[in-house]
Amino acid sequence: MKIRIDIRRKEGLSDPEGVTTQRALQNLGYDGVTATHFGRTIYLEMEGDDTGAATAEVEAMCRQLLANPVIEDFQIEVVG
Amino acid sequence: MKIAVVIFPGTNCEHDVVHGLDLIGVDAELVFHKQTSLDGFDGVVLPGGFAHGDYLRTGAIARFSPIMDSVVAMADSGKPVVGICNGFQVLCEAGLLPGALVANRDLSFICKPVNLRVESNTSALTAGANVGDVVRIPLNSYEGNYVADDETLGHIEANGQVLFRYSDGSGTVTDDANPNGSARNIAGVSNESGNVAGLMPHPERAVEQILGSMDGLLLLGSIPAFFDLVGAK
Repeated sequence: MKIRIDIRRKEGLSDPEGVTTQRALQNLGYDGVTATHFGRTIYLEMEGDDTGAATAEVEAMCRQLLANPVIEDFQIEVVG
Repeated sequence: MKIAVVIFPGTNCEHDVVHGLDLIGVDAELVFHKQTSLDGFDGVVLPGGFAHGDYLRTGAIARFSPIMDSVVAMADSGKPVVGICNGFQVLCEAGLLPGALVANRDLSFICKPVNLRVESNTSALTAGANVGDVVRIPLNSYEGNYVADDETLGHIEANGQVLFRYSDGSGTVTDDANPNGSARNIAGVSNESGNVAGLMPHPERAVEQILGSMDGLLLLGSIPAFFDLVGAK
């Protein structure tokens, strides 16, 4: 089973990479972009086929290690 | 009094911290992160560097090093637990200090002396200082940008947990004096009781005149001063 985790800075907290890239996009004339946010994607390959149990376990991993709940939100998706 | 100075894989400021503590007459001993006990120590310093390569997030892997259970126990017992730069990041990841450190506002590694105004003098890093003192010590980090949500910021400000703010040489806190975009110019914070304290700049690199400043001694000297403060209560 393959699982994708998307981790993103919480809204309202400083995201220097997003801000800098947003400025670069505007400088290139892409005026329609109103915000740019950076994140991190982690792919896990796991044993078994119980997607519910796997998702719950990955959620525990995110809370304990993979994401910092002080500054980050995460989304888990079974992708294969 | 004996202070442990922890070495994680990638720590690189441990000898400077031991030297700084030695200069103020505090016995310090290096402790490897795989040790599980801090018995016999009266406090602990997590020094700067790039613990575990800073993979995942700064401090994220280090907080699960075997020594960390003892560091948490020491924090809970009220003894001084001090984090400098990467050590500050580890303490935030471990949940011993509020907030987190992210990439600098301008996405550049900053290595230069900065001025800090002391905001509170009841912590393990400021007990020897006076509120309003300005110290000049080196900043050396890419992820030194302090962030926390507004509620947390309000809470730590109200509690006197903000220890240092980036300021100009006269102690005025301005946007221009903020090198890395830290929220409200915050350079260092403590827990509610003040025994756990962390900051981004390096006091151990400002302990002799030949280094350009000796202001770091005031901060390192706050570890023994904190004992006097707590003992006096």
